[in-house]
Amino acid sequence: MAVNEHLRTIRWAAWLGWQMESNWTSPFLFIIYSIIKPIMATLIVVFMYLIILKSVNADPVLFSYMFIGNAFYMYVAQVLFGISWVVHEDREHYQTLKQIYIAPINFPVYLVGRGISKIIITTASVIVTLAFGILVLGLPVNIWKIDWPLLIVAMVLGLFCICTIGIALAGISLLTARHGTGINEGVAGVFYLFCGVIFPITFLPSWGQSIAFFIPITYWLELLRRSMMPETISISGLANYSAQEMMVLLLVSILLFLFFSLIILKYADFLARKKGKLDMTTAY
Amino acid sequence: MIDWRLNLRAVIGRAYPRVIGSFREPSWLFFDIFLPLLGIAAFAFYYQALGAPSVFIGFVILGGAMTAYWLNVLWSMAAQFYWEKEVGNLQLYLMAPMSRMSVLAGMALGGIFFTSVRALSTLALGLLIFGIEIEITSPISLLVVFFLTLFALYGMGMMFSSLYLLYGRGVWHLSSVFQEPIYFVSGFYFPVKALGFWVSLLASIVPITLGLDAMRQLIFAGQETMGFLPVSVEIVVLILLAVVFIYGARVALNFMENLGKREGRLTLRWQ
Repeated sequence: MAVNEHLRTIRWAAWLGWQMESNWTSPFLFIIYSIIKPIMATLIVVFMYLIILKSVNADPVLFSYMFIGNAFYMYVAQVLFGISWVVHEDREHYQTLKQIYIAPINFPVYLVGRGISKIIITTASVIVTLAFGILVLGLPVNIWKIDWPLLIVAMVLGLFCICTIGIALAGISLLTARHGTGINEGVAGVFYLFCGVIFPITFLPSWGQSIAFFIPITYWLELLRRSMMPETISISGLANYSAQEMMVLLLVSILLFLFFSLIILKYADFLARKKGKLDMTTAY
Repeated sequence: MIDWRLNLRAVIGRAYPRVIGSFREPSWLFFDIFLPLLGIAAFAFYYQALGAPSVFIGFVILGGAMTAYWLNVLWSMAAQFYWEKEVGNLQLYLMAPMSRMSVLAGMALGGIFFTSVRALSTLALGLLIFGIEIEITSPISLLVVFFLTLFALYGMGMMFSSLYLLYGRGVWHLSSVFQEPIYFVSGFYFPVKALGFWVSLLASIVPITLGLDAMRQLIFAGQETMGFLPVSVEIVVLILLAVVFIYGARVALNFMENLGKREGRLTLRWQ
C-alpha cells in the first residue's frame, strides 16, 4: 500500500519537475539548451588539456580520466543540487512548500521524485557529451568493450548515493535563507576538487587525499571509469582497491549517508516547523 | 529636463541595499571568499596534472576571480528586473519619477562593490596559496583596463536587464546558458587566442574577453605572445563597447518598457 503511494508520489513529482524544467520554451530550444551547456562546460577542460598537451593522443589515459569524470560529474551538479534547490524553489519562488507539506505524501520521496526529472535530463546530457567525446574528440572508449554490468550497478548505486546527499542538503536548505546557492557552490567545489573528477587524486596533498577517500563520489567515479576505460586505473591512485571492494565501500557509504540524511532532514523539518520557516521568503 | 539631483539620489538609493545588505549578512563573506577557491583549486591542480607552466595556474586564478563579475552581471544585473517583477517591486520603480537608468546604475555600483570583495580576495588568496609570482608591467594600464572592463561589462548587464524585462522563467535558463559557454569562449581559464582568430573576435563582444586578455598580458610579464590583441587596441575596443552598451541599454529599456506596458506583462508573475 505504502509502496504504491510512494511510487505515485515519485511519478507525479517527477512529472512536475519535468514540466518546470522544460515547459518554459519549445521542445527544440529546450534540447539545444540541454546540449549546449554541458558541451561547453566540457570544452573548457578539453581546451585546457589541448593547449598544454596539443593532442588527445599525447596522453589518452589522462584525457579519458578527465573526460569521463567531468561528464559523469554532471549528475552531481544537476541532481544533487537540483534536489536541494527544490526546497528553495517551492518555498520562496512558487510558495507552494506548505501545500506540499499538508499533502498526504512523504516529503523525502517527493524530493527524490523531483530529482528523477533531473536524472532524465542529465542522462541525456551525459550521453550527448560522451558521444561528442568519442565521435569528435577521439575519446578512446570502445562501447563494445565497456563492462556494462559494472557500469549499470555503479550508476544505480551512485545515483542513489547522490539522492541521499541531496536529501541532506535539502534538509539544511529548510533552515537557511539565501544561502542555498552558496551551500551548493561549496559542496560542488569540495566534490569537484577532492573526488578526482578531472585530475587523479594523487595530485592532491596527503590531507586532500584523505578527504577524497572519505567521499563516496570518489569511488563512484572510479568505478565508472573502470567500466568504460580500465587503463585509467594506472593513474587514479585507487589501484589498490578492486572493483568489488569499492562497490562495498560505496554501498556502506550510501547506507551511512542515507541514515544521516534522513536524520538531518527530520531534525531540520522539526526546527523549521518550530521556528516557522516553512513559508519564509527571503530571496524574492 | 533631467533632474540630476533626483537621479543621483536614485543611484545611491539603489546601491545602498546592496552595500549595506552585505554588511548585515557577514556569512556571505565566507561563501564569497572561500568557496570559489575550491573550483579554482581544482582547475589549478588539473593544470599541474597536465604539467603546465605555473603561469597557467595564474591564468586560472585571474579568470576564476573575474567569474564573480560575470555572474554578478548575469544574475544581479541582467536578471534583476525579473526578480523585481517576481517580488512586486518593478511597478514601484516604473511609477517613481527618476530615470530607470539611475536604478540600473545604482544596481551596478552596489554590485561592483560586493563583487569586488569576492574577486579581489579570490585573486589574492589564490596567488598566495599556489605561490604564483606576478609582475605587473604597467599598473596604470592595468587599472584603466580593469575599470573599462567593468564599465563595459555592467553596461552590457544594463542592456540585458531591459531585454530580460518581459520574460518569465526563461530568464533563469537564459542566464544559466550564458555561464559555461561564456567561460569557454571568453577564455576565463586559458588564453582566448587558443580558440582561433574568428572565435576570439566574436567572443570579444563580451567585454570580459578583451578585459581578461589585456589583464593577463599586464599581470604576467612575458606573456604578451599569448595575447589576442595588443593592450592598446583592447583598451580602445573596450571604450567603444562601453559607449555602445550604455547607449543600447537606454534605447532597449525604453522600447521594452513600452512594449511591456502595451502587452500588460510588466506585473505578470510566475510565468
